[in-house]
Amino acid sequence: MSDAIYRTYRIVERRPEGAVGATLILDGALAAEPGQFVMVWLPGIEERPLAVMDDDPLSMTVRVVGPFTRALAACGPGDRLWVRGPFGRGFPVKGERLLLAGGGSGVASLTLLAKRALAVGAAVRVALGARSSDQLMLPWRFAGLGCELLLATDDGSAGMAGTALDALEPALAAGWPDLVCACGPEVMLRALARRMAGGATPLYLSLERAMKCGFGVCGNCTCGDRLVCRDGPVFPVDEVLCLLEPTLG
Amino acid sequence: MARDLSVELAGVRLRNPLVLASGIWGSAAGTLARAARAGAGAVTSKSCSLEPRAGHPNPTVLHWGHGLINAVGLSNPGAAAERDELVHARAEMVGTGAVLIASVFGDTPAAFAEAVGIVAQAGPEIIELNISCPNVQSEFGRPFALEPLAAAQVTEAVRAVYPGPLLVKLSPNATELLAVGRAVAAAGADGLTVGNTLGPGMLIDLEARRPILSNRVGGLSGPALRPVAVRCVYELAAVLELPIIGTGGVASGRDALEMVMAGAAAVGIGSALYDEGDAVFARVLTEMEAWMEREGVASLDEIRGCAHV
Repeated sequence: MSDAIYRTYRIVERRPEGAVGATLILDGALAAEPGQFVMVWLPGIEERPLAVMDDDPLSMTVRVVGPFTRALAACGPGDRLWVRGPFGRGFPVKGERLLLAGGGSGVASLTLLAKRALAVGAAVRVALGARSSDQLMLPWRFAGLGCELLLATDDGSAGMAGTALDALEPALAAGWPDLVCACGPEVMLRALARRMAGGATPLYLSLERAMKCGFGVCGNCTCGDRLVCRDGPVFPVDEVLCLLEPTLG
Repeated sequence: MARDLSVELAGVRLRNPLVLASGIWGSAAGTLARAARAGAGAVTSKSCSLEPRAGHPNPTVLHWGHGLINAVGLSNPGAAAERDELVHARAEMVGTGAVLIASVFGDTPAAFAEAVGIVAQAGPEIIELNISCPNVQSEFGRPFALEPLAAAQVTEAVRAVYPGPLLVKLSPNATELLAVGRAVAAAGADGLTVGNTLGPGMLIDLEARRPILSNRVGGLSGPALRPVAVRCVYELAAVLELPIIGTGGVASGRDALEMVMAGAAAVGIGSALYDEGDAVFARVLTEMEAWMEREGVASLDEIRGCAHV
């Protein structure tokens, strides 16, 4: 007799995320640290890592990029999901003035951090970047939690015209944050790491990689000598200097 | 007093008997070098083939309660890219004192030989032939390691093009294990890795009402495999002079010493990284030394094969 490998949940609510995906709110909790991820299996389709957008009730936000995410985003209330985890090392919940930067589906890694930080009295500003307003994900969630939103779109259709980094630059230049956390495309993470290099403010980055096991055995998700699934996905910036190299490790 | 844990494997001296098993932590230079820094005597890259392979879709690797089950399906970047990565790995391993073992597989003896020719350009101290993966049977047919003749043909083909230290990785699933071992030895292998995963096995999810692994079946590793692997090492060591890397479920100093008493020259460690990551190497070595101290054993040579009574 063994425990089941997957916990099954049913979707209670599906909330569209602009034109690019959906947030799925499930019928139970899963205790997780902010920044941790779960492996979600759709039998007959595939299994992929997804950030824990919220842990009670367990919720995840999916951006459609391929067959698996298309199938997952098409699920709705009553549909079942198979979940194992949570896995990995999350963000530290510390500091009084948190500046968060999210791009693409990476924004879902930051919501639980915002929730926990606000719960202990920190101020949280969130810079979200996307190509256009219909590509922004989870602004409603951050706003609902009480974060100050700094929006940027390439075409200026929401917030300022520019990137998430442009949106957070004034706060960074003013020395406002005592902690910066980011998740998104590596080009964005790299630019942020370079921008903050040499400064005293700690920077934590959440990396995204294709994964197989999710628990540090298969070696599919390396970054330099780190295993993103187990040593990360959240790293203090000096642990993933491989990101700053011209070609990714 | 420090005990001598160094061992001789296929003419190569290892500072200690612990070998990172193939398929664990992939082939990235960074992670191979990290295992070396963590204390492994040798590290084995993930098996590569002549051409790149995507492997099976997820789910591919699961923890089922008594070890792991996997059907990754030999995903790899192909021999040329692997060679380039292993060049980096060797550079990053300089100063660690660990040895690099490059694992290679193919769908024919000729493909094995061609892939070895490319990977050997990176200068690994040892080449290991993976003739025993149980997870690609639907594509490649029965593993070479199940048939003495097929296993010998692969070994011969590689021996003809590669003069360096050569290990062949056998399968605990071979019904004619001793015949396979003898055939591989006669074909020119310098040593054996014993062995690959057990099974294959299957897990069915009740709610999904279907097998979990996308390949349906996969090889078992970890604690459930260990007694089988010990028996395989014991049987082969009884009849062959070749050095053996005893691999299967080793997670403690006692497990490693058990392999040595069965006759293993060195000891592979793989699934144990699930529990504690690369800290397993230092812990196992410390436990081995403590036992040797307690029992008055100065070197592993004193106890190698001693269980053959």
